[in-house]
Amino acid sequence: MKAIERVNIARDKDRPKITDYIDNVFTDFFEQKGDYLGKEDASIYGGIAMFHGRPVTVLGHRKGKNVEENVTCNFGMPGPEGYRKALRLMKQAEKFGRPIITFVDTPGAYPGLEAEMYGQAQAIAANLAAMSTLKVPVIAIVTGEGSSGGALGIAVANKVYMLENAIYSVLSPEGFASILWHDSARRDEAAEVMKLTAKDLLDFGVIDEIISERGVGLSVVEKEQAGSAYDRLYARIDKQITAALAEFEGKTPESIANQRFEKFRKIDERFLDSESLVQMGNV
Amino acid sequence: MVNVVDQRKSKFNRYKNLRENPTELLDAVIKPVQEYGVRDRVKDIADEGTFKEFELKFPETDPLEFEGYVGKKDELRDETDSHDAIIAGKCKIDGHPVVLAIMNKKFMMASMGIELGETVCHAVEYAGKHKLPLIIFTASGGARMQEGILSLMQMAKTSAVVEKFKQEGGLYIAVLTHPTTGGVSASFATLGDITLAEPGALIGFAGPRVIEQTIGEKLPEGFQRAEFLEEHGFVDAVVEREKMKEVLSKILKLHCVK
Repeated sequence: MKAIERVNIARDKDRPKITDYIDNVFTDFFEQKGDYLGKEDASIYGGIAMFHGRPVTVLGHRKGKNVEENVTCNFGMPGPEGYRKALRLMKQAEKFGRPIITFVDTPGAYPGLEAEMYGQAQAIAANLAAMSTLKVPVIAIVTGEGSSGGALGIAVANKVYMLENAIYSVLSPEGFASILWHDSARRDEAAEVMKLTAKDLLDFGVIDEIISERGVGLSVVEKEQAGSAYDRLYARIDKQITAALAEFEGKTPESIANQRFEKFRKIDERFLDSESLVQMGNV
Repeated sequence: MVNVVDQRKSKFNRYKNLRENPTELLDAVIKPVQEYGVRDRVKDIADEGTFKEFELKFPETDPLEFEGYVGKKDELRDETDSHDAIIAGKCKIDGHPVVLAIMNKKFMMASMGIELGETVCHAVEYAGKHKLPLIIFTASGGARMQEGILSLMQMAKTSAVVEKFKQEGGLYIAVLTHPTTGGVSASFATLGDITLAEPGALIGFAGPRVIEQTIGEKLPEGFQRAEFLEEHGFVDAVVEREKMKEVLSKILKLHCVK
């Protein structure tokens, strides 16, 4: 399959959204709103839920499932208040020892006037910094579009998974083509060159595993057929989260934070040789 | 005080007049900056002869095997006197030993790829190991597109390392210079214990053109400029280039516990 086909599937409006994942993988969901600093951002959806008898904090981008919801949720493009709300929920999860599961699906952080005025850059940076120190397990699942810093802002996780047809990239293929070739129409070519599919990211060592979408990825799937196939997808996600949490069972809070830190410190290790790491002694 | 206001007014007017012609605007803003290079900065900030650059050796990073990328870097190395878009080392500022890193926008607009991210991390870790204050002069167009997802990962990597340094008691002063945008603004640039900015510097996550396209209107005067960020509570002080060393020296002095 061509990379651009994955891009189209990842963005498909009928693809399951965060509300579907929460409804089908968790129980007893209690939504939490607000950044407690004066704003609420519906493009980040989250709260506390039960996962096999264990409380967890779950949150992610919300694009909405119809036009009305799309508008309310700003098509899943958070402002700084969204990232601050996410951080509030995550810090609270840490306090109560709840694992954190995030669902990533965004065209990017919102490039708007207010977003800039209230510190979009600073809000994302604050999340990256704070997430690197969280003392509870964090699991991120890229379910649709994982675009730019807007995706990463809730994806600094101990385990990062991608659905088979999800994409994860530094920018949208259109943006990439526009910046490098001054021609956003070359998106198909950009998608190929960018290496943004789940397989590419697994090869880079940026993600830990791919969650299969066998039978569910394509938007043309008949509704009923899709219904049962989606159930299989939710079961696979459940299984992946269960396995990840089992891995951190009995680990100290410090070692959990440390594993995450080391993961990102060395995320590009294969592109650097160890020689460069010893040169610091020269000065 | 009046002086400062006047200066800002004239600056804003200049931007306003040039707004109709973005190329001119870009030239007006970037030209003086290009004349003032990273080595000039070292001269202005470090005590004479004290800057010792870290000797880091990097393999060529080209994770996407992007056409023309390696060749372009080679060319720029000759032209810009830096191996990638940053130089880092240790030096003294009025006798205070510090780690100093300066981003070099002549090198691909100081976009952040693996090498730049790793250099930042080395600088931070060196400062942590030797209990030195860390000063980074930031400037960047954002992520290094040519390195794809690995350039995005530099945001998480540098932020984690900076956060660790700060939590272990390190002092990090970020100095935002023109322009500091995209992935660099949304990572280590905005994580300083103290944040300074140069007058008129463009600082933001999204570039002005992208925002204008999104909202379908022109941005107000001075939007995303250093003074705007100061007014909105994201920088401690806007400091002119001529006063930068003096201010840094004062901050360092205020952190000396003897």
